[in-house]
This record gives sequence, C-alpha cells and structure tokens, in this order.
Amino acid sequence: MSALVAARAVRRSRARLVTIVLLGAVLVIAALSLAVGAYSVSLPDLLATLAGQGNSKNEFIVLRLRLPRLTMAVLAGLAFALAGALFQALLGNPLASPDLIGITGGASVAAVFAILVLGLSGFAVSGFAFVGALVVASTIYLLSWRQGIAGYRFVLVGIGIAFMVQAALGYLLTRADVRDAQGALVWMVGSLSGTLWTEVAVAAISVGVLVPAVIVLAPKLRMLQLGDDTARGLGVRVDLSRVLLLAVAVALAAVATASVGPIAFVAFVAGPIARRLVPGTSLVPSALVGVLLVSTADFVSQHLLPGGVQVPVGIITGAIGAPYLLWLLATRRSRGEA
Amino acid sequence: MTRRTLGLVVLAIAVLAVVFVSLAFGTRQISLDAVFAAIIDPDLSNNDHAVVRDLRVPRTVIGLLAGAALGVAGGIMQGLTRNPLADPGLLGVNAGASLFVVLGITFFGITAATGYVWFAFAGAAVATVVVYAVGAGRGGHATPVTLTLAGAAVTAVLTSIITLVLLSNLETLNQYRFWSVGSLVGRDLSTVVVLLPFLIAGFALAAVVARMLNVLALGDDVARGLGQNVSLARVLAAVAIVILCGGATSIAGPIVFVGLVVPHIVRRFTGPDYRWVLAYSFFVGAILLVLADVVGRLIVQPTELEAGIVVAFLGAPVMIALVRRSKVGVL
Repeated sequence: MSALVAARAVRRSRARLVTIVLLGAVLVIAALSLAVGAYSVSLPDLLATLAGQGNSKNEFIVLRLRLPRLTMAVLAGLAFALAGALFQALLGNPLASPDLIGITGGASVAAVFAILVLGLSGFAVSGFAFVGALVVASTIYLLSWRQGIAGYRFVLVGIGIAFMVQAALGYLLTRADVRDAQGALVWMVGSLSGTLWTEVAVAAISVGVLVPAVIVLAPKLRMLQLGDDTARGLGVRVDLSRVLLLAVAVALAAVATASVGPIAFVAFVAGPIARRLVPGTSLVPSALVGVLLVSTADFVSQHLLPGGVQVPVGIITGAIGAPYLLWLLATRRSRGEA
Repeated sequence: MTRRTLGLVVLAIAVLAVVFVSLAFGTRQISLDAVFAAIIDPDLSNNDHAVVRDLRVPRTVIGLLAGAALGVAGGIMQGLTRNPLADPGLLGVNAGASLFVVLGITFFGITAATGYVWFAFAGAAVATVVVYAVGAGRGGHATPVTLTLAGAAVTAVLTSIITLVLLSNLETLNQYRFWSVGSLVGRDLSTVVVLLPFLIAGFALAAVVARMLNVLALGDDVARGLGQNVSLARVLAAVAIVILCGGATSIAGPIVFVGLVVPHIVRRFTGPDYRWVLAYSFFVGAILLVLADVVGRLIVQPTELEAGIVVAFLGAPVMIALVRRSKVGVL
C-alpha cells in the first residue's frame, strides 16, 4: 500500500515538473514570437510595450500584428488539444480524434463550399465552418443514439460520416477551377496569418466558456474511464456525463476549426505525447502540448524556413509534431510502454 | 453446407452479377447483344464493341482486383493492429503512394494514370518500411498501439510535404486532385497485367497470414505460448498489406472506405475467424468497388462520378445502418 502511495507521489511530482517545463517552453516561444521578425523588438522594449509603456511603433507591431496571432495560436492549440484528448479518453481509442470522426471534416466541407460555390471569405467562411462542425457532430450524435450513447457506436457512425464528408470534399475540389481549389486548400491546411483582434475575441470568449466546463467535468471523465459500471457505482450519471463531455469536446473542435482552419494533427497528437511525458490521461499537459505545438509551428512557419518562405501553420504542425511522436516511439525503452 | 460456406457461394454469384452489370451499363447505351458480341466475337470497326472492350472491361477488372485487395488488406490491418478502426492506409501506404505520385508529377512530368503506378507502389513500400521500423522501436517489437501511432505520425509528415508541394505548384495540384479521389478510369489492362503477379502473391500471403492473425488475436503472450513467432507473423502481415493495398492504390488511387469498412461489416456474418473474414472481404470488397463505379457512371449522366467518391456515399449509409442495428460491441 505504501508503495502505491509512493508511486502516486512520484507520478504527481513528475506531472508537476512536466507542467512547469511545458509552461516555461510556451513562455519562451511566446516571447520569441512577439519579439522576433522583420522588425525585432528587444526584451525590455517588449515588456514595456506589453505593460502599455512602449513607443507607438512597437505598440503597433507587437500589439496589433503579433499579439493577436500569438493569442490565436494559443487558443487554437488549447482547444484542439483538449478536444482530441477528451475524445481519445472518452472513446478509449487513440484514433478517435475529431479529425477521424468527421467533425473537422464537416467544418472543412462547409467552409470549402462557402469558398468555392458561394465565393465567400473571412468571417462568413468561419461561420460556415462552425455550423458545419456542429451539424456533423449532431448528425453523428442522433444517428448513434439508441437508448444511450455507446462510445463504440459514436466512433463508427462518425467514421461513416467522415468518409462521406471526405468524398464531398473530393467532389468540390475536383469540380472547381484549379486556382480556387488552391485557395480552398490554403484554408484546409489551417493558417494564422492576418489574424485580427475581433477574431481572437470571438475565439477567446468561446474557449473561455468551454475550458471551465472541461474543468468541472474532468473528475467525471476519470471515473468514466474506470468503466461504466464502476462509474455508476461511484454515483456518476454515466449517459449524461458522457453526452456533456462529448458536447464540450465537439464545441472545442468546432471553435478551433472555425477560427484557424483544421490545423492538422494537433488534436490527434497532443494526448499521446502528453501520455508519454506523464503516464495516464492528463488534460493539462495535453493542452500545454497543443499550445506549444501550434505556437512553435507558427514561429517556425514565419521565421525559420530556408529562403525566408512563409507557409501556413498547418503544414508545420504535422512536420514537427509527428517526428517528435515518432522519436518518442522509436526510443521507448521497453515494449510494455505502449 | 455450413452457413459461412453458403455465404461465400452467394457472394461469388454476386460478383458475377456485378461484372455483368458493369459490362452492360454505362453512359453509352449499348444493347446486351452487342455487349456479348463484344466479348465473344469482337468487331474492331464497331464503336460499341470498342467501348465495351477498351473501357468497360479494364475498369471492371481493375475494380474487382483493387476492391478485393483493399478488402483483404483491411482485414489483415485490423488483425495486425487489433484495432477495428484501422484502415490499410494507416501503415502509411496511401500517404507514401500519394507523395511519390506528387513528386512524379512535379519533377518527372508524369501525367497519365498508368505512369503513376510504379511511383505509387514504391512510395507505399517505402512509407510502410519506415512506419514498421519506427513502430518496432529499438527493441524490434512492434505492438498494435505503436504501429497505429507510428502510421498516423508518418502519414502526417508526408501529408505536410504533399500539401506544401500542392500549394506551391498549381499544375501538380490540378493533376493530383483527380488521382487522389480514386478512380477506375483511364488505366489500361497492360499495367494491370504487370501488377497481377504482385496481387496474386499478396492474396496467397494473406491466406497464410489469416491463421497467424487468429493466434495473434489472443494476445502476444498467449500467441507466444502457443508457439507462434509473433514478430514474424507481424512482418508477414505488413508485407501482405503493402503488396495488396499498395497495388490497389497504385492502379486506382487512394480509395478509402473499402479497406476499413468491408472487413468490419463482414465480421458480423463470419465471426472473428480471420480465414473467413479475409475470404468474405475479398468478395465484398470487389463487389462494392465495381458497383460504386457503375453507379458513378449512371447517376450524373452525361458525366461520371469517380468510384472513390461514390463508394463513400454509397457505403457510408449502409455502414451507419449496420452500426445502428447491431448490439453494442466491444471496441
């Protein structure tokens, strides 16, 4: 028994350490993102500007151009990562991220339809994406409802919908003019360039509502993972808790996708990476991994590519997140750690 | 005759039926007499005969082969990863094939579907080797979870590169988008003939692997206790997947759905025995893909819908209906 307590203490202190390291890394990337660029700002100037004491040029560059973009990266990373980790934990399958079950795909189809067929842009496209994600999620939900929601049925119905959504995307992209198709592809990759404060505000309010909901529901999630019967025995209303958790996860994915496009891989990878840093399902490290991944990817996409080229952030998240996961897999010590 | 054997006979008859439908129906109205004449006694100057022989026969053959290969590969993949959600593309096959096709278009100026075949096949093989090596880790032991994660991660890296090329090269995007939806049109039989030995070898290997998958399904420790060489079984399964899924992708493009859904649905009728799952998947995959191609010819006349698009729109509702009807299973 005392060994168990000791093991738990080790795990808790490890979780704390990982959290602190991740937070530190996020702060470093954030400072770099705000300071570095075609016009660089020194650290004292940066701090002064953030405190409202900077000159007008710094204020414009840091507060108008760079801070909204960074904030959006943080919000999107947080939302995607939490959505992915919640889905994976709820449905008990590492493949069950919102990309796989068609929710971000639904957002993509709606957005690509808005771009290619209706010729819309900007906020209107985001609106379409948000509605698309919610429509797909509620369709999955309604179709998989049969005296309750079983995680297994939800995932399979979601996969079916995802296939249809993918086919619709293929149809739209092959029938459009190739130039328009390329424009739609940029949206589908996910991009943070030209983020405005108004967009950040919408995302921030949504995430600000959803994150407390996750915090309230997290203990229920932990009990659900013990199995439905155990959870019921512990006094959890299983169906209601599961529905609420799914709804929150869907909303997070929808908000993030509508704000920045379906940035690849963040939702899928944040949970598994966090699990390798801290064993077990840990939402806080997952969220921090997501934030770190998106903000780092955005920094790389703006400043670190050869020849000074800039690419949409969604290209980089896959290109840096995936090798890291691969490295973790390739160097794992024993086969027990899966 | 047992229920499962009877089912196989029914499926074999169904295959013949869809082959007939595929030869007989299309955008061009051709009488049944002319269709039979085109097969048995072709007249080179007759346009109807030419349509049947040069267009409908190749796409039917390709549909049968690719569908069967994807179905079987999917069944093996789900056994290999012990994940009923696994798609044969998950080993990196589709992403590797797509990347090589994109590079082939961009740097070698290849424009025809037949020209993509070897690029796609090579890409599928390279990607799978990488996925397997990473999934196996330093200890050399691949587990279902690490294979799944490694496959998804490699796919993500390759997709990033593909997207980067597509965003910077309009002409490549233009070619690639038509290949990537998956289609049976514009391929000729000579390429199929070259790939046929590979596919046959793949099916033969699948027959060998099926028994091993049954043992693996009991868990690695039990499998070892029963004298099964677990690592060898996994490698053989992976090789079969590359050959089958890589072969199908290289002739028909990265068609999704068939590989994931067919074995999943088939399992309801056959039970968990992989010998039956793979045999049923062979037939059902072929039927599904050919049928999708026929529907694609008929619903938006005078143009056509690609088989890869139709198969999802046709198959997904069926899949959802089956999922809804079934009792809650284990994931």
